[in-house]
Amino acid sequence: MWNLLQIELFKISKRPRTYIAFIAIAAIVFIFQFAFKADGQSYMDLMLQSVKDDFTFERVKAINGYFMCYIILNTLLIQVPILVALVAADSISGEANMGTLRLMLSKPISRSQIIIVKFIAATIFTLLLLVWMAITALFLSMFIFGVDDMLIFRVKGDESQILQITKDDVMWRYFAAFGYATVALTVIAALALLLSIFAQNSIGPIIATVCIVIVCTIISNINVPIIDNNVKPFLFTSYLVGWKGFFYIATTEDGEPIKGSLENWSAIRNSLFILIGHIVGLVTLSILIFKRKDILS
Amino acid sequence: MSKIQYKNFEFWISNFQFKLVVGKFLFCLFFIACYQLPTFAQQDVNVLLQKVKAKIESVNDYEANGKMKTNVAFLKVPVATIKMYFKKPNKLKIKNEKGISFVPRGAVSINLNNILSGNKYTVIDIGEDKISGAKVRVVKLLPDDDNADIILSTLYIDETNLVIKKAKTTTKDNGTYELEMTYGKYTAYGLPDKVIFSFNTKDYKLPKGITFDFDDGAVKKPVEKNKKGRAEIVLSSYIINKGVLDSVFL
Amino acid sequence: MSVVIKVDNLSKKFKDFTAVNNLSFTVNKGDVYGFLGQNGAGKSTTIRMLLTLIKPTTGNITIFEKNLQTNRKKILQQTGAVIEKPDLYKYLSAYDNLSIFAKMSGIKSTKLLLMNQLEMVGLAQRAKDKVETFSQGMKQRLGIAVALVHNPDLIILDEPTNGLDPQGITDIRNLILSLSKDRGKTVVVSSHLLSEIELVANRMIIIHNGRKMVEGNVAELLDPSKALIQLQTTDDIFAQQQLQQTKWIQFLQPNTTKLQLVMPKNEVPQLITDLVSKHVQLLSISPMHALENYFLSLTNNPTTHVESAAN
Repeated sequence: MWNLLQIELFKISKRPRTYIAFIAIAAIVFIFQFAFKADGQSYMDLMLQSVKDDFTFERVKAINGYFMCYIILNTLLIQVPILVALVAADSISGEANMGTLRLMLSKPISRSQIIIVKFIAATIFTLLLLVWMAITALFLSMFIFGVDDMLIFRVKGDESQILQITKDDVMWRYFAAFGYATVALTVIAALALLLSIFAQNSIGPIIATVCIVIVCTIISNINVPIIDNNVKPFLFTSYLVGWKGFFYIATTEDGEPIKGSLENWSAIRNSLFILIGHIVGLVTLSILIFKRKDILS
Repeated sequence: MSKIQYKNFEFWISNFQFKLVVGKFLFCLFFIACYQLPTFAQQDVNVLLQKVKAKIESVNDYEANGKMKTNVAFLKVPVATIKMYFKKPNKLKIKNEKGISFVPRGAVSINLNNILSGNKYTVIDIGEDKISGAKVRVVKLLPDDDNADIILSTLYIDETNLVIKKAKTTTKDNGTYELEMTYGKYTAYGLPDKVIFSFNTKDYKLPKGITFDFDDGAVKKPVEKNKKGRAEIVLSSYIINKGVLDSVFL
Repeated sequence: MSVVIKVDNLSKKFKDFTAVNNLSFTVNKGDVYGFLGQNGAGKSTTIRMLLTLIKPTTGNITIFEKNLQTNRKKILQQTGAVIEKPDLYKYLSAYDNLSIFAKMSGIKSTKLLLMNQLEMVGLAQRAKDKVETFSQGMKQRLGIAVALVHNPDLIILDEPTNGLDPQGITDIRNLILSLSKDRGKTVVVSSHLLSEIELVANRMIIIHNGRKMVEGNVAELLDPSKALIQLQTTDDIFAQQQLQQTKWIQFLQPNTTKLQLVMPKNEVPQLITDLVSKHVQLLSISPMHALENYFLSLTNNPTTHVESAAN
């Protein structure tokens, strides 16, 4: 198994498309950093539009490394599924397209092993993407913008909120959030892997994965009670943004944030369970289907 | 408060000493005599006001350490460790020691000079009242200038200590501010140990569609309609009249 | 002589299409076994079933005297294959490809072993080059190196000479012969060219539309003095019973759907006489003058005949 995993990782590392994802992330992050370095004030003004006349605060301090990373993740984590799909959706279909699948499957390796190894490899790739995001979006931003208290602009139900997390209370939240995001994106990897079983080239499953994610995300964001209650809980995309839960700090009765707390840990935990359930389900389904599949490529 | 209005305000303040007109004073007396006859026998409010003002004006500048607790529905922020700076005639700055703090813009009115230093107002004696058991004199100030941002100020003055315990200021643009002050060690300077500053805020709304928020499925509470904000500032260790650099206020 | 592959009543249906129909054959140890059939005859489907790429609808495959379904891993450890085109990881070097598949075959490969393997197929000089820069022939040779890297006892080569130049074809042919003769390997070679099989195989099978047409020793099947006879009677079972008692039974082709005999041409009149005397009611008797003609008769495309003849 370890041998096989090494082989998979070696193959992934030798493919140019693997690095597209890393370059894309770096490019997006740099653009964000440049834009905010140049004109972050306007963004702050936009976020605080309705109350900027009522309060003064230190904008320069507010646009710090922690804040930047949150803003970048907020945007990037919507796009990253595409990058994950780029590699994960190629897992089986890419081998089928190249013609190596039949050779691989005529080796003394079980098909379940192949799916598991492919899945683990895709998960490691996802993890590395997130580590790369942490390096560029978090650590590099901390270096460029410095560190201070973190402001979270949030829509909660019908109200908007500004949460402030003191700077000594942020880092663990990022570790937890990146951990959560890894699980969330692994669902995408598992979905892409499942779809890749059915195709002879990787374009189809990549597009299919991205379409599923987009459609579900759109549905997840339709704020209509009937969808909120009956559809949303069953869409995995509703849980993809759960990493933000680690930044929703609990507050006292009179609105003072409690250091080291989470507003709704049980919701995050449940989301994690649902996502892990999806992963287990998708990988199991992949194994079952792949085991029965006739290899005609 | 717009910049132009600020300028006007400053203008009055700086010209205050020259604009004291006896006729105005007489008019006020007449006015009060007509409407506030029962209290006329008590200490003349204008004299009282002058005494209070004199006390306040004895402070040229100060620097104080403090803690500010902001209580606004949409703002979930920790207690901020702040430094408050003041310099005559009307410079006031609240700076946080570390981290970020949201300072209500109206908080500059903690500087009572803002309310008192103009002389172009009509003083109305409302009579006596009690604040937490202590007797206070209630005085309303009506600016004469129709264009002034402050429409009406109501002061609750502790006659014994010559300090303002409570002030309500109604402005044109920013609603009503309320200041409640508790005095201790620095009563002699008319400087409070604790200020509760209440103000109006607009409802906070994030631009739509800018965030994809995590909906944790929690039951949604109805939005509080009360848009009153409160900032509670506890001040300690004033350094008075030792000079404060102008650069602090930039 | 031990049996390496034993296939019994193997069938594969894809929805309505039957790709392989009730196929049975046996490959013995040390055989170079020719698998002959036109394109689409069912060769590749059968080979994929031997390699567990396709699951049979019915039937049974035994390799190395073990059931393929239940002993897949053990059997595949001793099997090497090139399936259709020798597709490899184009973005990897020849060496890396070989190394990967050696690991997948479960052996600990050394650099020396891998380089020797590349040397054997004449690719040592190009070891570090990416496969995408290789010609078809080089890919084919690398594919064979991959199939042999773990020193398997059974080697399955599906159309190994496809797309090769004459020299390449000769090289592969010599390699197959040496694997069998010098190293005692069992080799299954499929081809749509009889000439190809004729030159390397000692035993062969011809399949058409998923069915077995004929199986036997190449030398015997291609003996010009022999003929393939197909009998049509009113009662094939009765006819077969009658043949059991005669010397003709030795010529009867087993496991075919029709009564077929491969026998000396000059003895055909005697066979007819015997059958008639045993009250077998003959409807027709079709002599195929030679196996080659018979095979060619299965194809519709006349150019293929010429090509096969030329080869």
